Amino acid sequence: MTTQVTGDSTVAADLQDERLIRSSGLGGSMRAFVSRVRNGDLGSLPVVVGLVVIWVIFQALNSDFLSSNNLVNLTLQCAATGTIAIGVVLVLLLAQIDLSVGSVSGLAAAILGVGLTRYGWPLSVTIAVALGAGIAIGLLYAFLFVRFGVPSFVITLAGLLAFLGLQLWILGPNGSINIPFESWAVQFAQQMFLPPIAAYLLAVVAGVGLGLSGYLNARQRRKHGLSSTSLVETLIKSILLIVILAGAAWYLNTDRGVGASFLLFVAIVVVMNYALTRTKWGRSVYAVGGNVEAARRAGIRVNQIYISVFALSSLFAVLGGLLAAARLTSASLSSGGGDTNLNAIAAAVIGGTSLFGGRGSAYSALLGILVIQSISNGLTLLSLGSPERYMITGAVLLLAVIIDSLSRRSRATHGRA
Amino acid sequence: MTMESTLPAQTKPHGDPVLSMRGISKSFGAVQALSGVELDIYAGEVVAIVGDNGAGKSTLVKILAGVHPPDAGTITYQDEVVTIPSPAASRTLGIATVFQDLALCDNLDVVSNLFLGREIGNFALDESEMEERSWNLLRQLSAKIPSVRLAVASLSGGQRQTVAIARSLIGEPAVVILDEPTAALGVAQTAEVLNLIERLRERGLGVVLISHNMADVQAVADRVVVLRLGRNNGEFLVSDVSYEEIIAAITGATDNVVTRRAAAVGLEREEEGTK
Repeated sequence: MTTQVTGDSTVAADLQDERLIRSSGLGGSMRAFVSRVRNGDLGSLPVVVGLVVIWVIFQALNSDFLSSNNLVNLTLQCAATGTIAIGVVLVLLLAQIDLSVGSVSGLAAAILGVGLTRYGWPLSVTIAVALGAGIAIGLLYAFLFVRFGVPSFVITLAGLLAFLGLQLWILGPNGSINIPFESWAVQFAQQMFLPPIAAYLLAVVAGVGLGLSGYLNARQRRKHGLSSTSLVETLIKSILLIVILAGAAWYLNTDRGVGASFLLFVAIVVVMNYALTRTKWGRSVYAVGGNVEAARRAGIRVNQIYISVFALSSLFAVLGGLLAAARLTSASLSSGGGDTNLNAIAAAVIGGTSLFGGRGSAYSALLGILVIQSISNGLTLLSLGSPERYMITGAVLLLAVIIDSLSRRSRATHGRA
Repeated sequence: MTMESTLPAQTKPHGDPVLSMRGISKSFGAVQALSGVELDIYAGEVVAIVGDNGAGKSTLVKILAGVHPPDAGTITYQDEVVTIPSPAASRTLGIATVFQDLALCDNLDVVSNLFLGREIGNFALDESEMEERSWNLLRQLSAKIPSVRLAVASLSGGQRQTVAIARSLIGEPAVVILDEPTAALGVAQTAEVLNLIERLRERGLGVVLISHNMADVQAVADRVVVLRLGRNNGEFLVSDVSYEEIIAAITGATDNVVTRRAAAVGLEREEEGTK
C-alpha cells in the first residue's frame, strides 16, 4: 500500500478537514455539547431533565419524597423491573419487541416459589432452573423468528398468554406461595445493603476506572495520530463521577444504604453497556437494528445475533422476576402481571431507546426505570392509587416518544443520524 | 483530462486477465438471461459493461458476486477455474461488489460501516486502529469526508457512495464491481465518484463498472463490453469508439454477423497497429 501524507502532520489525522468545526479543550467540548443538543441530538438529556422535574414536583407536594429512607425504597423498587427493562432495550435495538417479559418474570417467580417450598430444592438449583427456563424461552422465540419469520410481536404475544398459563399451572390451585423469609434470595433483595465503606470504595473505583480508561484511550489515539481528549478533561470527568456517586452513596447511607439488588441491576447495566459499545457483538446488534440487509451482506451472522438477544431478553426477564418475587416474599397469580410488562417496555423507551431499532443504550433502562418508579413511588406517597399512576405513566411514555420523534426529525434536518 | 492521461494505456492490457468468464449462460425459468457471454477483467483497467434494460448486466454481476450460480460456462480467477457459490465465496476470492443500494447502516458512523463484519478486536474493539486505517484509506482515495465519526445518515449521496466503495477495499480485493455508482448522484458528486474510480485503477485493481451513463463510461472506462439480450454485442476500446457506435451496439442497430465481425476484425487490426 502506498502511504500518502496529506495535510500538515502537526494536526491530528481526524481534524485535518478544513470544513470541520474544531472544538478542542474543555470549553470546546462544552460548546460541542450545546450545539449537539440544539441540533436535536439530545441523548439522555430529556430524561435527566424530566427526572429532575418529577423529583422537584413530588418533593414540593410531599417533603418525604426525597428523604433518604424513601430514596432507598425507590432504588429497591427499581431493581426488578429495571433488570427486565435491560432485556427490552436489547430487543428494541434490533427493532423487535418482547411483549412477554412480564409473563416470563411471573413464570420465574412461580418457579422460585414452587421450587423452594413444594419441592424443597436448594436455592441455587431453583435459580438455575429458572434461568435455564428463561434461556430456553428466548431460544424458542428466536427459533420461531429465524426459522419461520413470524413477527416478534406475534410470537411474544403468544408467549405472553402461554407463559401466563404456565405460571398459573405451576402455582397450582392455591395460586399463591410465600417464599420463606429466611431464604437468601429474600435477604438479598430486601435486607442486604453495602457497608458504607464499600459503597464509597465502589464510587472511587468507578471514577478511577473511568479516568483510567479515558487516559488509556487518549494515549492510544495519540499513538495512532488522532485527536484525543485532554488529561484535564478526563480528570475532571472522573472526579465529577466520584463526587456524584460518593454523594449519592452518602445520602443513601444516612438510611439503610445501597441495596444489593440495586447494585446488581446497575452492574448488569454497566456490563451490557460495555458489551454493546465495545465488542463486536454489540456493534453487530446496532448494525442489525439499523439495516438488517446491510448487516447480512457485511458477513454478520444475523441469525446468531437474533438468537443471542432473544435469549438474553428472556434471561433478564427471569432475573427481574426472581428479584421481584424475593422482594415481595411471594409468588402469586399476579406476579409479573399488571403493569410489569408495560413498565419494563416504557422504561426502555422513556430512557431513550428508539422503538425503530439501532438507537439507544443500556443506560436507558436505568434512567427510564428511575422515572417510572419515581412517579409510582411519589403517587403512593400522595396516597394516590393505580388510576392516577396508570394515567400519568401513560402520559409520560407518550411524552417520551414524542420527544424521540421530534429529536429524530431535528437530527435529520441538522445532518445527524 | 482523464482521457489524455490514459490514452497510451489504451491497448489491451498486457498479461493474463485477473478474471475471465467464458461461455456463461444463465436462465430464469423460460427466460434466457445470459447465453455464452464472455468477459475479461484485467488488473489496473476499468471495464464498463453497458446495455439496455434486460440486457443481462445485473445477472452477470450477480454471478460474479455469488448471488446466482451460472448454468453453464467457466470462471477463471488468477489462472484457476473457480466456482462462486455464495457472496462469502466471492468476497474470499477477492471480488468486492458495491451494489446500487450501497447497504450501509445509517445509524452507525463511517468507521463502523467501513469495518462492519471485519472489526478489529473481538471483545475490545480497537477503535483508534480502525479510525486510523479509515483515514488512511479515505485519504488514499482522496475522499472528501469531513469526519469519520459522523453517522452515515448525515452524509451526501456521493459521500455515501465513497464509503461503500472504500468499504469494499478493506478486504484487499483484486476486482471491484460497481453497480450503477452514479445513478442517483448530482454533477459534483458524480465527478467525485469518477475520480474515485480512477484511484481504484491506479491501485492496480480490476474495476467493473456497470452504467447507463455514456458520459461516465467515456470519462473513466478503458474498455466497453456491450451486452444485448443476454449476448455479447461488441467490445470496444473507449479511445477509438464513438458515442454513436456504442449506442448502435446497445440498441442493436448493427446487430448482424457481418458488422459484428467487421468490428471485431477492425479492433484487432488496430490493436496490432498500436503495438
